[in-house]
Amino acid sequence: MKPLTHLQIDFMGRRNIAFMVSALLVVVSIGALLFQQLNLGLDFTGGTLIEVRYGAAPSLDSIRQLLESNGFQDVSVQTFGASTEVLIRLQQAFDPEVGNEVVNLLSSNGDSVSLVRAEFVGSQVGDQLRDQSGLGMLVALGVIMVYVALRFQYKFAVGAVIAQLHDVVIVLGVFALFRLEFDLTVLAAILAVIGYSLNDTIIVYDRIREMIRGSRIDDMPMIFNEAINATLSRTLATSGTTMLVLVALLILGGDMIQNFAIALLIGIGVGTFSSIYISGALLIPLKLTREDLIPTKKAADEEEEELP
Amino acid sequence: MLNRYPLWKYLLILVVLLFGLIYSLPNLFPADPAIQVSSAQGDALDEREVSRVQQALADNGIEVKGADLENGLWLIRLENNDDQLNARDIAAETLGPDATVALNLADATPGWLQAFSASPMTLGLDLRGGVHFLLEVDMDAAITQRLEVNASAMRELLRGERIRYRNTEIDGQTLSIDFANSEDRDAARRLISRDFPDFDYQSSGGGRSASLDMTLSDQIVSEIQDYAVNQNLTTLRNRVNELGVAEPMVQRQGPSQIVVELPGIQDTVAAKRIVGATANLEFRLEARGDTPDQETESFAFRNGSGRSADLMRDVIITGDSVSSASNSFDENGRPQVNINLDGTGGTLMNRATRTNIGRNMAVLFIEHKSEDTVVTDPETGEETIVREPYTERGLISLATIQSALGNSFRITGLDSPTEAAELALLLRSGSLAAPIYFVQERTIGPSLGAENIQRGLLSVQIGLLLVVLFMLARYKVFGIFANIALGLNLTLLVAVMSMLGATLTLPGIAGIVLTLGMAVDANVLIFERIREELRNGLSIQQALHAGYERAFTSIVDANITTLLVAVILFSIGSGPVKGFAVTLSIGILTSMFTALMVTRAMVNLTYGRRPAKKLWI
Repeated sequence: MKPLTHLQIDFMGRRNIAFMVSALLVVVSIGALLFQQLNLGLDFTGGTLIEVRYGAAPSLDSIRQLLESNGFQDVSVQTFGASTEVLIRLQQAFDPEVGNEVVNLLSSNGDSVSLVRAEFVGSQVGDQLRDQSGLGMLVALGVIMVYVALRFQYKFAVGAVIAQLHDVVIVLGVFALFRLEFDLTVLAAILAVIGYSLNDTIIVYDRIREMIRGSRIDDMPMIFNEAINATLSRTLATSGTTMLVLVALLILGGDMIQNFAIALLIGIGVGTFSSIYISGALLIPLKLTREDLIPTKKAADEEEEELP
Repeated sequence: MLNRYPLWKYLLILVVLLFGLIYSLPNLFPADPAIQVSSAQGDALDEREVSRVQQALADNGIEVKGADLENGLWLIRLENNDDQLNARDIAAETLGPDATVALNLADATPGWLQAFSASPMTLGLDLRGGVHFLLEVDMDAAITQRLEVNASAMRELLRGERIRYRNTEIDGQTLSIDFANSEDRDAARRLISRDFPDFDYQSSGGGRSASLDMTLSDQIVSEIQDYAVNQNLTTLRNRVNELGVAEPMVQRQGPSQIVVELPGIQDTVAAKRIVGATANLEFRLEARGDTPDQETESFAFRNGSGRSADLMRDVIITGDSVSSASNSFDENGRPQVNINLDGTGGTLMNRATRTNIGRNMAVLFIEHKSEDTVVTDPETGEETIVREPYTERGLISLATIQSALGNSFRITGLDSPTEAAELALLLRSGSLAAPIYFVQERTIGPSLGAENIQRGLLSVQIGLLLVVLFMLARYKVFGIFANIALGLNLTLLVAVMSMLGATLTLPGIAGIVLTLGMAVDANVLIFERIREELRNGLSIQQALHAGYERAFTSIVDANITTLLVAVILFSIGSGPVKGFAVTLSIGILTSMFTALMVTRAMVNLTYGRRPAKKLWI
C-alpha cells in the first residue's frame, strides 16, 4: 500500500484551475436552481390519495408496475385494512378525474375494481420544516464559523464555511439540473454531506496547523501541499470506503435509496475536492501567515499535553 | 516503552459492551405478525375454537408459528407478514360473528431481556406499515372559538371606553352585542369597527333592543378554517414526533381532514389518546360577589367533589401562550406541571395578577370529546353512526394569587402523574386550533413493495461487507481491530436507538450503514498516522503511542464540529431533520468511543505488553 502515501502532488500549483472549475460549477448550479428549480417529491408537494376495492386480493407489485408504466410518478401502494382494499398515493395534482382514470387502468386487465374515494393530500412536511431547516443550516454555518475561528483562526473559519456552502449548492444544483426527485431522504443526504465534508475540512486544517507550528518554512503553498499530501491516503481511504457503500446502495438499493445514494456520491466527491481546493487553497488568497497561529501556540501546546 | 491501559478502562469497555448487547439484542427478535382473537365481549376464547382457527389457517396454506394466551386474549403468531390480513379474514369467517378478530404485533423479546425493559426498534411505515387514523377537523368549532376570542377583546374595549353593553351572543358566523340604547350601540360600532376589520357590520333594532351584528365574511371564514387545519397539522406532528425518530406520517387530506399514520400497530389506544386529545387550559379570575351575572360562568371541579365556582367570562390566557411545560412533583409528592409562558402570555398574566392580589385564580381544563351513537333506521334497518360533539370543562385548581405572576409558575391539583405528564406533553406540543374527531382507523400495509425492501436490505448488507473487506485488505491485523470496533459501534448505535424508541425505515438503515462507513474514518486516521510515524523512524511502541496521540486532536476537532451542527439541527429543526440530528449525534459519540478506546484496548492487549518486532498494518 505504500505508493499511495509517497505521492507528492503539487495541489496548490493548480489552484487557479480548481478555483475556475469550482466557480463554474457553482454558477451552473445556482443557474439551475433559479431557472429549473428543484423537482420536489411527494413528501414536499402532496398529491392525490385514491382508495380502491378489489373483488379478490390483488398483487401490490403489479399494481405499482401498471401505474408506473402508465406515467404516474412517485407511486405508493399499500393494503388498507383488508387485503382487498388498496390505498394508492400519487404525486399527481388532484383533479376529480384521477380516481376514475386509475380505476379504469387497474380494471383494464379484467379485475373487478371499484373506487372508494379520491382526494388531495397535502405535503408530508409543512412549511415549518422548510423554514426551520433553512434557518437551522444558517445558524449551523454561523456556529461552525465561531468554533473554527476559536479553535484555529478566523481565516480558517471563512474557508470552512465557504467550502460547506460550495458543496451544498453543487449537490442541489445537480438535482435541479437533471430534474432528480428531491424528497426527505435527499434532504437527509445533504445534511450528511455537510457533516462529512466538514470532517474532511477540519482534518486537513488540523494538519496544516500542525505543520505551520512544527516547521520554519514561510512558504504557505508548500506547507499546504505537504499537509494535503500527508492526509491524502486517509482522505482517499475514507472517501473510498464511503463511496463503496454508496455504490452498493446505488446499484442494488432500488428506487427508495437511489436518490439518497446519488446525493451523497456527488456530495462526497465534491466534498473531498473542496476540502483540498476550497478550504485549503482559499487560505492563500486569505493571506494566512505563520503569525496568525503563533499567539495561540503556547496555550494549544499545553492543552495537547493534557490529553490522554 | 510499552502501551498499557489501566484496568478501569478495560472494565469500562466491558460494561459498555454488555450494555450495548442487552439493549440491541431484542432487535434480533422482531415482533411476530399476529392476529388476536377474543369473544365479542372481550373474553378469552375456548381452546377448541382457537385450534379450529389454526386448522383453517393451515388449510389455506398460512404458516402458523404458535398460539398463546396473553393478558386473557389469544394471540396466533404467523410466520409471514403478508399473510396477516388474509389470516384475519379467514379467522373471522371461521369464528363467525360472535368473535372479534384484530391484527396485532406480538412481542417476541425473550423474558430475561424484557426484565431490562429492552425492546426492539419499530419497523417503519415503509417496511411494515402501521395504523392509519383519519381525523376530521371541526370547522364550526374553529369559527366559534375565533368569535369567542374576539368577543372577549371587544368587551374589554367597551369597558375601557365605559360604553355599557348587555349581552354577547354567537350564532354561526355572527357575533351580536346587545345595548341599552342606540347611542351606545353607534358609539360601540365606531369603536369596534376601527379595530376589527374582519367583520361586516349591521346595526339592528333601536332603543332598548338596539344590537350590533357582526358577521365574518366568507373569505375570512375560509382563512380561519385553513389556519385551523394547518395549525392542527403542526400540533399533531409535534405530538407524535417529539424526538423526530418515530417516523410518523401526518398529512392533510381534502379540505378538512388529516391523516395520521403511525408505524407498528401496538397500543393504538394510547396513540389515539395522544393524537386525539384536544385538551387546553384557560386561566381565569374567580368572580367577585358583585360581578354582574352575564360576566360570569359557573364550573364544577374535575375531581368529582361536587364543588363548583363562579368564574369571570374573560380569559387571562389560554394554553396557547405556553412556551414550554414539564411535569414533576411538588414538595408533598403530588404531581404538578411547570409552565413557562411566552412573552405576550407573561405580560398578560403579570398585568392580570398584579392588580388582583388576594383574589382567586382558576385553572380550567377544557377537553373536546365526541360520543358515537348507533342509530338504526326503522324502515331500512340500516345502521348509521351519529357523532355528537361535546365539550367538557372542569376546574383543576383554584388558588389565591399571593403575588404577581410572571413567565413561569406551576399548577397543581392533577389526579395522577400520568395525567400531569400528558397535560405537559399537550401544552408543550401546542393545543389544537380546533377540536378533531376520529373518522376512521385502519391498519395499513408497508408502503414499499416486498421486492424494494429486499433489494434495499441486500444493498446495505453488501455495503457493510465491502467496508469490512476494505479495512482488512488495507490494514491487515489492524483491520481486524477496526472491524471488531465497527461491530461494537453498530451494536451500541442500535442499542441507543432502541432505547429512544426510534423507528427503523429503509433510508434509516442506509443511513446507519453510511455512518459506519464514515465511522472507520477515525481508525483510518490513526492507522495512517502510525504508519507515518513508523516511516519517520519511531520504534513500534512509540509509533503506536504517537499515532493515537496525534490523531486524537484531529478526530476530536472534526467530530466536535460535526456534533455542534447536529445539536443545532436538533434544536431548530423539526420532524425528520430532528431525527437525523439525533442519529448523527449518537453515531458520532459511539464511533469516537469505539474507534479511540476499543481499538486502543485491542492494540494494547496485542502489542503493548511486550516488545513487538513487526506490526501488521
